[in-house]
Amino acid sequence: MNHFLRMLFFALFVRPVLLVILGMNVRHRQRLVSDGPAILIANHNSHLDAITLMCMFPLKMLRKLRPVAAQDYFFRNAPLKWFALKIMGILPLDREVKSKRKNPLAGIYEALKRGEIVILFPEGSRGEPEQLGEFKTGVAHIAKRNPDVPVIPIFMHGLGKALPKGEALLVPFFLDIFVGEPVQWDGDKTQFMEQLSCQMTALAAEGDFPPWQ
Amino acid sequence: MGFMDLQPVVQWSIGAIFCTLILASTLLLILRALKPNANLNEVRQRINSWWIMAVVFTLAMVVNRTLSIVFFSFVSFLALKEFFSLIPTRRADRRILFWAYVSIPLQYYWIWMEWYGMFIIFIPVYMFLLLPVRMVMIGETDGFHRSAGTIHWGLMLTVFCISHAAFLLILKRTDAPELLPGAGYVLFLVVLTQLNDICQFLWGKSLGRRKIVPRVSPGKTWAGFLGGVGSTVCIAWLVGPELVGFSPQQSIVAGLIIAVAGFVGDINISALKRDLRVKDSGSLLPGHGGILDRIDSLTYTAPLFFHYLYWSFPFHTFGTGPG
Repeated sequence: MNHFLRMLFFALFVRPVLLVILGMNVRHRQRLVSDGPAILIANHNSHLDAITLMCMFPLKMLRKLRPVAAQDYFFRNAPLKWFALKIMGILPLDREVKSKRKNPLAGIYEALKRGEIVILFPEGSRGEPEQLGEFKTGVAHIAKRNPDVPVIPIFMHGLGKALPKGEALLVPFFLDIFVGEPVQWDGDKTQFMEQLSCQMTALAAEGDFPPWQ
Repeated sequence: MGFMDLQPVVQWSIGAIFCTLILASTLLLILRALKPNANLNEVRQRINSWWIMAVVFTLAMVVNRTLSIVFFSFVSFLALKEFFSLIPTRRADRRILFWAYVSIPLQYYWIWMEWYGMFIIFIPVYMFLLLPVRMVMIGETDGFHRSAGTIHWGLMLTVFCISHAAFLLILKRTDAPELLPGAGYVLFLVVLTQLNDICQFLWGKSLGRRKIVPRVSPGKTWAGFLGGVGSTVCIAWLVGPELVGFSPQQSIVAGLIIAVAGFVGDINISALKRDLRVKDSGSLLPGHGGILDRIDSLTYTAPLFFHYLYWSFPFHTFGTGPG
């Protein structure tokens, strides 16, 4: 991976935009892990979600941060593919699996084995801005295969206002980020998904933001 | 410009600010040694934030005039962003908010080019008239009047009002054109406004019983208000003649204006926070809350002090516009 360019991009462009133009307000930062492997899951409002989560970690951790992103979307053209792979360091996810032989989550399992921090948006796509969508169960499969890896739910507010789906104009808003307690795999998929959505609702309630419509 | 080019009285005032902070930090250390169990975390955070604010403010004031104006525009930006993040906004208003932000560099550019006429009407007239036009073009009428009202109200408080502090920097007296009194004016306004806040808080904590505006800000008492006014007027009387060139009477009037206006500016933002059911406007300044919590008083003191000063001395009127 092009680590030097990545550092440069984050230090000179991403951080100034996120910390000065927008501004991050992280609650319960102490709940974040200081090293991998770990799975961060968050609600998805904006193109800037993954980059924002990556900014919560020190620059030297950048190498370990791997956002999972839809292959069909980010591999549309060569420059975007280069940017996604080399700068963002994404783990491409094939949303339309054709053969049963290849597990679409294999890349994620390998990353966790390497001790990396995987960033996942279980809502699947960005959806309606500032509205919590239902979580897909892929995360439960990952947790089941990696029961010792902490799954940390994170609720984000503000990016759906600053840069929602379908908009190219960035409007400054403060971002509120709530880090939840790690959730452990306890042997049951429904229960695990229930726990995650309970935590997300509780974190969202902590902010008590007025609806945005 | 630079620190050595400032008037000696301004240099002394900056020195006094840092001496006060050193004193506060020393007292805190002593207090912690005497009462190791007392919870002084918030006081410590507050004093630490004061240190950062004092250093940033001093740097912004002493390097050069352009940087001072950029500094105030950044304060306006942070405050407006905090306001827009706090209030309920509509999706349809994203572009309106964007234009509201664009008015910040423009407003401070008028100040930098010393165009008083534009500075004084740009937001109250042009932005006031233009923002609703853009809203009508977008066409969302649900919640139209609430949006039009709140967006402009925030723009007035955080950009128009605060920018008066920056305009103080470029004032030049016709009877003493070689003098650069701006830094002294800003220091007088900002330091007195902040000291007034602190004095009202300390008087209220030690003597306060009868609440003054219980429904808006239950912590505010008559003793705090009157003690604050008294202290601020005394300090103004002491430093006004040297720092601003006021007569003793003018110093007292300026002190009164800053003390009363500071109180009103404070409860104005308190009412907003109570309405939105938040305790602090943000979390930018640990121990204080957000930037709006810190500059709430300044939104009222800056324009009112500015106009009192503007009528008190013969200033260049800047009536001719650019060029």
